Amino acid sequence: MTTAILNYHTEAEIDQAVLTVQQTFRSGYTRPLKFRRHQLEQLWRLIDDNTDALCDALYKDLRKPQYEATLGELITAKEEINDALVHLDEWAKDERTTPSFVNRVGTTCIKRKEPKGAVLVIAPWNYPVYLALTPLVGAIAAGCTAVLKPSEVTPHSAKLIAELIPRYLDNKAFIVVNGGAQETTQLLDHKWDHIFYTGNGTVAKIIMKAAAKHLTSMTLELGGKSPVTIDENANMTVAAKRIAFGKTFNAGQTCVAPDYILITAKAEEKFVPALKQAYLEMFGADPQASKDYARIVNTRHFKRLCNVLMENKSGDVVIGGQADEDDLYIAPTVIANVERDDKLMEEEIFGPLLPLIRVTDIDDAIEYVNSKDDPLALYIFSTNKKLVNKVLDSTRSGGVLVNDTLMHVSEGTLPFGGTGPSGMGSYHGKSSFDAFTHVRSTMIKGLSPVMESAMGLRYAPYTARNLSVAKMILETIPQFKRGFLQKYIKWIIVAVLFGVHYARNRRLS
Amino acid sequence: MSLTYTPVSEIPKIVQGLRSAFNAGVTRSLDYRKQQLRAMYNMISENDTAIREAVFQDLHKPPAELMIGESGMVKQECIDAIKNLDKWAANRSVKTGIVNKFDNVHIRKDPLGMVLIIGAWNYPLNLLLAPAVGAIAAGNTVLLKPSEVAPHTAALLTKLLPAYLDQRAYRIVNGAAAETTLLLEHKFDHIFYTGSGQVGRIIMGAAAKQLTPVTLELGGKSPAFISRDVDIAITARRLAFGKFFNCGQTCIAPDYLIVERGIEDKLIEAFKASILEFYGTSVQSSNSYGRIVNKSHFLRLKGLLDETKGKIVAGGEMDEDNLFISPTLVLGVDKDDKLMEGEIFGPILPLMVVDRLVEGVKHVNQGDQPLALYVFSKNKKAIDYILDHTRSGGVVVNDALVHFIVSNLPFGGTGPSGIGNYHGKRSFDVFSHERSALIKSMGMEKLNDLRYPPYSEKKTRWLDWFLFDKASFGGKAAVDAPPSNTHSSNSSTVNEASSISSNPNGRTSSPSLPENQHRKAAAKSENGNISHAPEASTATATTTV
Repeated sequence: MTTAILNYHTEAEIDQAVLTVQQTFRSGYTRPLKFRRHQLEQLWRLIDDNTDALCDALYKDLRKPQYEATLGELITAKEEINDALVHLDEWAKDERTTPSFVNRVGTTCIKRKEPKGAVLVIAPWNYPVYLALTPLVGAIAAGCTAVLKPSEVTPHSAKLIAELIPRYLDNKAFIVVNGGAQETTQLLDHKWDHIFYTGNGTVAKIIMKAAAKHLTSMTLELGGKSPVTIDENANMTVAAKRIAFGKTFNAGQTCVAPDYILITAKAEEKFVPALKQAYLEMFGADPQASKDYARIVNTRHFKRLCNVLMENKSGDVVIGGQADEDDLYIAPTVIANVERDDKLMEEEIFGPLLPLIRVTDIDDAIEYVNSKDDPLALYIFSTNKKLVNKVLDSTRSGGVLVNDTLMHVSEGTLPFGGTGPSGMGSYHGKSSFDAFTHVRSTMIKGLSPVMESAMGLRYAPYTARNLSVAKMILETIPQFKRGFLQKYIKWIIVAVLFGVHYARNRRLS
Repeated sequence: MSLTYTPVSEIPKIVQGLRSAFNAGVTRSLDYRKQQLRAMYNMISENDTAIREAVFQDLHKPPAELMIGESGMVKQECIDAIKNLDKWAANRSVKTGIVNKFDNVHIRKDPLGMVLIIGAWNYPLNLLLAPAVGAIAAGNTVLLKPSEVAPHTAALLTKLLPAYLDQRAYRIVNGAAAETTLLLEHKFDHIFYTGSGQVGRIIMGAAAKQLTPVTLELGGKSPAFISRDVDIAITARRLAFGKFFNCGQTCIAPDYLIVERGIEDKLIEAFKASILEFYGTSVQSSNSYGRIVNKSHFLRLKGLLDETKGKIVAGGEMDEDNLFISPTLVLGVDKDDKLMEGEIFGPILPLMVVDRLVEGVKHVNQGDQPLALYVFSKNKKAIDYILDHTRSGGVVVNDALVHFIVSNLPFGGTGPSGIGNYHGKRSFDVFSHERSALIKSMGMEKLNDLRYPPYSEKKTRWLDWFLFDKASFGGKAAVDAPPSNTHSSNSSTVNEASSISSNPNGRTSSPSLPENQHRKAAAKSENGNISHAPEASTATATTTV
C-alpha cells in the first residue's frame, strides 16, 4: 500500500532489509568504535545540513512551529549525538570488577559491553524526528545494526527520513522501512535482537507478544495520564506559565504532557486566572492566529478529542473550547471541576485539553493518583519539601518533576522511561547505550598447575572434611553475626593452607 | 514429605494481600528490608540439615554441591545485600546541563511493587531465593512459586518461609502448569522466571497482556572451545567439574566441546582420569555424584544416547530405577547429530573435533546465542578472536561454571538464552525502578521566558547557544553563534555577555544575565500589546466544540 505522500516498502524489500542488517551485524562491520563514531557524526550532519527541510516536514505534518521543531526535536537529537560522541569510549570500555574471594588470585573479571545485534526501532508520530533518531543514536553507539520504521501518520517526516538516512548513514547497517500496520507486522515476524518501540499501550502489547515468540528483549516507551498536583501555597503565576508551556507544546501531543491537574477549590480560584493570563501571553487572544501553536495531527485524532470533550458530562470550560476541523485546530482548553470518573479521566488525553480535578488535600490527591495506572511523569508544584517528599514516597511514576513540566526529558543524564503500563526500560544518554548493549560477564583464569592444586577443594570426591574447609573459605560470616577475629579468619586460613601446601611441595621435590 | 498444591481459590486472596501490603508501604523502610534479609539468612543457616535432606531427596545432590551452588550462594547474596543496601538504595545524583544547574536532579530507586518469582528445579533453593533477595532488598512484596519438579525442597520452603519472613509481604504458592497459568493472569509489576525457553515464551506472552516487564533466565547450548596448546589434564578436570556438577543439570554447564584436532584422544584419557579421581571406580556408589531429576528427563537423555551417531568413548551406563546416568563422553559428533539439537542438560558430553577453532566459531554463530561460552587456551589472540566474534550471556576463559558465584558479575543471557541479568547489585536493580526526579526552584522565571511562546528566531538561537554543547568533532556546518545578525542592539548584548563571563567573579550562568534584561524589555513591549486586547475574548467563545 502507498499513500499520496509516502511510498510503503514491499514485502520483498522488507525481508531484504532485515536480512541485510542481520548479515551486516554478523560480519562484525558495526563493532569498531571508529565506525560507530563516524556514523554518529554523519547523523549529526544529517540534522544539521537539513534543518530547514526537517522543520518544513514537521510543519506540514503537525504545523509544528519552527521554534518547537528546533527545540523539541532537532537540537535535542543533536545533543544526544554529542553526548554519545563525547562519552562513547567511556561507555564502551570493558569494566573490571572485583572477583569474589575464591576467585581473587589469578583471575580477571570483566564486564564486556557488546552490541545486542540487529535491532528494530519503531517511532511514533508526535515527535517524528526526535523519537526516530534518538533511539537510533543508542543503537549506533552500542554497535548494533538497525531497521528504523518511522510513523506513517506523519508522512512528510517519514518520507524525508527515508530519503536522508541512506545519504548520510551506512546503507548496509541502517535501513529505513516505511509502512503501516501490515508492514510493521511483517517486520515483527522476524527475529530481532532488540525492539525499541515508542507509542501507545495497545500496540505495545501486540509488540511484546510478537517479541515473546522469539524471546526478544524490548524497550517500550509508552504514555499514561501524567498528573499535576499544585500546592495551595505555590506561586500560581509561575506554576500556571510552566503548566501552560507543557500542555501546549506540540498542542499537548507529548507523552509526558501534563494530563490533568489535582487542585483544591481554594487554589483553583487563583490558578485559573493565572492560567488564562499565561495562555494570553503565549498565544494572544486568538491562538488559531498564532504561529506558535501546533495543530492536531489528523482528523481521526481531532475527532477523538472533540468526542472526549463532548462526552464529558461534568465540569465547566473556563478557557478555550474552540475547534476548527478544516484547520485541525483545537484551542488550549481548560475544564474546571471535572468529576473523577468522567470521560476526560479515562484515557491519556494527548491534546490541548486540560481537566482540573478538585481534591480536598494532598492525601486525597495521592490516593487518586494511586488508584490509576502508573503514569510516565508526575508533576508537583510546591516549595514545601516535606510535602514533595511525601508525594514522591507514596506514588509511582516513570519520572518526577517538581515545579516544572517536560524539562526532565531534556536532561541527558536522567534515564527517561516509564514503569508498569507507562513503559519498560529507559533511555537518553548512557541509558540509550545500555538499552542496546549486552553486558557480557567475562572471567579469565590461568591454567597454572600450582593454582589448580589449590582449587582441589571444589572437586569430587566430596568428603566431610573438605566440605567444612570449603565452607570456611567460601562462606562469609555476616556482619550481624561477626566478631573482631572472625573478620580476618578467612585470610588466616588461606595463609595457613598455602603455607602447608608450599611446605609439602618442597618436601616432595 | 509430599507437596500440597495451593488451592486455586486461594490464589486471588494471596495476590490481593501482597498488593495491599505493598500499597500500605509495609516493605518500604530499609530497616524492614534488612531485617527480612537477615531472617532469610537465618532460615537457611539454621535449617542446614533439613535443606540438605530435601535437596538430596529431589536430586541426590551431594552436600558439597548444595553448599557451593545453592545455600552458600544465597547466604552470600543476603550478606552482600544487607551490607550494601544503604548504598544501593540511596538516591543517585547526576550531572546536569546548564538549564537545570541550580536544581536538584537525582535518580530515585523505587520498588517496582508486587513481583512474581518462578524458580527452577535444578537448583531449587538458589534459583528461587537468590532473585528473592534482590526483590526483598529493593522493597517489593514477593510471591514465590517453587518448582513442583523438586517437591521436597518446595514443601520444606513452604513450611520454613512463614516462620522466618513477614507473611504479609512474602508468600509461596505451590502448583504445576494450571496454578502457574492462573497466577500469570494476575497483574504483577515484574516477573522473574528461571527455566526453559519454551516456558519463557509462554510467560512473556502472558506478561504482554499486562505489559509486565520480565527477567528470563534461560539456557542454551553453551560450547567450550579447547585449543591445542592447553594443559590437557587441568582442562579436563575443570570441564569435568563443570559438566558433572549436579549431574550436568546446570543451565551454564558446558554443553559440548569444540576440540582442535590432534588432542582429542589425550583429552578423553584425561577426562577418564578425572572421572576416576572424582567418583572412583563405581560412579553409581559415589556420594559425590547426583542423579537425574525424574523419569521423563531420564528417558529424554536415554533417547539422545540411543539416537546419536557418535561413539560413546566413556561412561554410557544407565540405571533407570536409580535415575542414574554415568559421566558419558561421545566422540565424533557432527552438526546434525541428535545431541546437537537442544540443550542436553545431563551428564552427556559430545566432542566435536574441528581442524581450526574458527570452524567452531562459525558453528556457534549459526545457532542461538548460548548462556555461557568457555574457552580453554593459552593464546591471548585466539581467546580475543573467539570473544570478539561470538555472542553469549557470559564467558569464562580456562574454567567452567565459576563466574556464576561472582556476585559482582551480572549473570544472564542474551537473545534466546535470556533477558535481563542479576546477582549482587544487579539483583537490586532488576527489582527497582530508576525514577528520574528533577526538583526545580520556582525562581528565575524570567530566564525561563526564553522557552515560552511567543517564539522568535532570536529566542531560538539564544536558547540553542545557551542550552547545549557544541559538536565535539569538526562538523561541516559551523555551530550557531548566539544571535548577532538580527539587530545591532544584539551585538552589544553579546559583548556584555562575554565581558561578564570573563570576569573572574562571573558564574557559569553569566551569559544569561544580559539576555535576561534584554528579554525583560521585550516582554514589556509584548505585554503592552496584549493588554490592548479585550480580556473577555479568551473566556467567552466556548461554543464551537
